[in-house]
Amino acid sequence: MKPGGVIVTISALISGVLFGIGLIVSGMANPAKVLGFLGVTGDWDPTLAFVMGGALLVAVPAFRLISDRKRPILEKEFDLPEEKRIDTRLIAGSALFGVGWGISGFCPGPAVVALVPVIAGGMVLVLAFFAAMIAGMVLYERFA
Amino acid sequence: MQDFTPISGLVGGMLIGLSTTLLMLLNGRIAGISGIVGGLLRRGGAEVWWRATFATGLLLGALAYVVWRGTEFPVEVAASLPVLVVAGLLVGFGARLGSGCTSGHGVSGIARLSLRSVVATVAFMGTGVLTVLIAGWVS
Repeated sequence: MKPGGVIVTISALISGVLFGIGLIVSGMANPAKVLGFLGVTGDWDPTLAFVMGGALLVAVPAFRLISDRKRPILEKEFDLPEEKRIDTRLIAGSALFGVGWGISGFCPGPAVVALVPVIAGGMVLVLAFFAAMIAGMVLYERFA
Repeated sequence: MQDFTPISGLVGGMLIGLSTTLLMLLNGRIAGISGIVGGLLRRGGAEVWWRATFATGLLLGALAYVVWRGTEFPVEVAASLPVLVVAGLLVGFGARLGSGCTSGHGVSGIARLSLRSVVATVAFMGTGVLTVLIAGWVS
């Protein structure tokens, strides 16, 4: 185990736990809820705007404070994307992701979290989505 | 259709924001799920351990919730199996090509005031809304 070591992996675990609980409490782990938000012309459910709003309410001021720091508390340096260009990959990739999100109601986080009731209830559909998502990511690594 | 649940939405969102803040403050890393899961699939990839424990944390958080509430949380899937396979491929490939998803761009990226992330969020929200609209016409 290299840079950061054990403490860094434990803090990532805690962060993951909070994220997972947040996805469930907020309703985002339920594809039907997500589709109720994306279906703006129907019986619109604005909840997901509150989810994003709540997340940004915490993260925007916090990131502003963090940006004054030279380094994070446990690691040697921040690892942030340096790309600034708005390019075709960014827009095409995001657009494709949005189509998949719109037809299923799943984005990557909820697709992981939704595996838990699957283990208890055995839903093939969630597993199929998850497996296909992993395949899509592997295809990206191989070909894009 | 689903009920409007602004309070639990806000509380859950704040938990996501807290998680995102902790990972940046402590580890200096972006809590982007597609980047974290995708990074684990990269051959000879570095930074495997924290990604693996974060992903494990997602599952443990879900398990903790189920144990705490004594009941499963709802996961209602309307799409058919072939549709879900296509959707999964698009989500996995698209989020990696676009360098992020709802978490990495929609929360961390916007909190960093990244223009790329704002553009990406508008793009996937836009095609998401359009897709649901078109799916409504088709069915």
